Amino acid sequence: MYRTAKGEEIFVIDGHTHFWDGSPANQKNIHGKQFIECFYAYHANLSPPSEKWEKEKFEKYDAKTMFDDLFVTGYDDMAILQPTYLTDFYKNGFNTTERNAAMKKSHPDRFILNGAFDPRDGNKGLEHLHELSEKYKIKGVKLYTAEWRGESKGYKLSDKPSYQYLEAAQKLGIKNIHVHKGPTIIPLNRDAFDVADIDDCATSFQDLNFIVEHCGLPRLDDFCWIATQETNVYAGLAVALPFIHTRPGYFAHVISELLFWVGPDKILYGSDYGIWTPKWLIDKFMAFEIPPDVTKETGSVLTMETKIKILGLNAARLYGIDVEAQKKKIRAGGGYAHLPEAVHAPR
Amino acid sequence: MTVMSERVEKGQPAQDRRMEQRQAQVWARLQDVTDPELDESVVDLNFIARADVDSMNRVHIEFRLPTYWCAANFSFLMADDMRRAVAALDWVEGTSVVLGEHMYADKINAGLARGRSFQETFGAEADGDLDDLRQTFLVKAFQRRQVALLNHLIGMGHSPEAIVTLKLAELGCLPVDDDGARDDGAKGDGARSDGERLVRRYLERRAVVGPAEPDGPAFVDTDGARLKADGLSAYVSRLRRVGVNAEFNGALCRGLLSVRFDLETPFVPRVKGASASAVVQHEV
Repeated sequence: MYRTAKGEEIFVIDGHTHFWDGSPANQKNIHGKQFIECFYAYHANLSPPSEKWEKEKFEKYDAKTMFDDLFVTGYDDMAILQPTYLTDFYKNGFNTTERNAAMKKSHPDRFILNGAFDPRDGNKGLEHLHELSEKYKIKGVKLYTAEWRGESKGYKLSDKPSYQYLEAAQKLGIKNIHVHKGPTIIPLNRDAFDVADIDDCATSFQDLNFIVEHCGLPRLDDFCWIATQETNVYAGLAVALPFIHTRPGYFAHVISELLFWVGPDKILYGSDYGIWTPKWLIDKFMAFEIPPDVTKETGSVLTMETKIKILGLNAARLYGIDVEAQKKKIRAGGGYAHLPEAVHAPR
Repeated sequence: MTVMSERVEKGQPAQDRRMEQRQAQVWARLQDVTDPELDESVVDLNFIARADVDSMNRVHIEFRLPTYWCAANFSFLMADDMRRAVAALDWVEGTSVVLGEHMYADKINAGLARGRSFQETFGAEADGDLDDLRQTFLVKAFQRRQVALLNHLIGMGHSPEAIVTLKLAELGCLPVDDDGARDDGAKGDGARSDGERLVRRYLERRAVVGPAEPDGPAFVDTDGARLKADGLSAYVSRLRRVGVNAEFNGALCRGLLSVRFDLETPFVPRVKGASASAVVQHEV
């Protein structure tokens, strides 16, 4: 919960969080080591110095640390747990639905548990998706199209097996498809980050919402174009948002383009925890204004109304969260007991 | 220059001076090699870890990238471009290019050492060479450079009508800077002002989208068709995305590289030549 100077309460849903184990003990090979090191480079490069973690803490943090960072120190009211399996890199997986489910079980009002599928897993994977749906009543999945699976170095959403899985998701009421585009799609001579397959399946599955994490970066330009054509394509802000500290000028341009092409109702805040933590991200975001020269160029402004949508209302709509009812639940459970009467910042 | 003249004064052999010149030639050639995705020089991006000339006139280049996962195709393209750029120097007897700490390092290095194409290097993992990919990103580079120049010209008050009717040959003579904007070559690349640089960079990529005849239009779209005055601002808005994307990725890549290889820190500026113990970048 973020409280403005006027006493307005802003309900925050963090669209992208992880509860991972990237520790050396869990690493299967050099790729596992390089994967967490790459994440750490994102963390170390873009975090303010005071928010940087020791590498060891970053590799594996406990449930209490995560809860405190999101909901006590941070302003999140709820957070979506997005799994990333990486079973070719990590012995017990990097961040599985099962590991996340324990977190959800301890704090049912705080977390939204998402599942995952991999179209290369055939019928067994489809069965698993049914199990996830039955067991956890999931409403969303996170897909990592660059995941290595044996000889395969990734897949496309427009592949035939992907369609089978999306059809199954649709039938099971799993409406929110979070897509993380990573590199190394076969064939290697093509653009590994091409987002055209999202366009393809967003057209074919009008009832599903496609939330493109990292707003399609490093193909923000192509992504914006697709998102203007497709009403069911959304932008996740993870990775773009932390630039608000190191390169506010770049962030201003990126958020302006997103507002111009994608629009204020289709942008979702996400911290990408544990890469970054909500407190500083939201403090900076709430204080942020698009500089006049960028507004002059793009016509985009970041109003308080838009900030409130990005921070929570857009995700609430996608996941069917009744914000007032949820606030009551959290308050009844003592979830806001730590909040000072005082305000957090601007307005 | 100082180093060179001191050596001459001390009577160092001319061979040393020639070696230094050759070294400088190698770096100058590498300066023109770009990361196709970012449209920036691999030298400016700090990708080159080493570029040495040995006593047999062979050039040894080592480079590294911002992440272990950087796309294999771009990695290969850059390596191949480096090899070609340096091999074009007439005194070069051989070139080795080695990529470090990358998921495909072994494969790419073996392919490069044998002078193989991308398709030959990756076999079944690829279904063709990199021509289409290269073209896609040359077009993006064209768009990014064009929108930067168009913004500049519009900002200077050139009308849409004047911009679209401009001939290619006329672009080079167009006044592209306000009075006093010239800085007498201080930018170090021959351009004397921002406007001149934008024109030069645009002209370098103009042929990507169609024949660059002097009598032809200066400003065309990616199909080679002359831009229209009506709707020019909407056209510029569409292109702006490409520039924002490339700049964002450039910033991200520089940052990741600096953390990965402990280069100068974005947070605590490091004094040049400081000892390793004085570097505080990774202290939390």
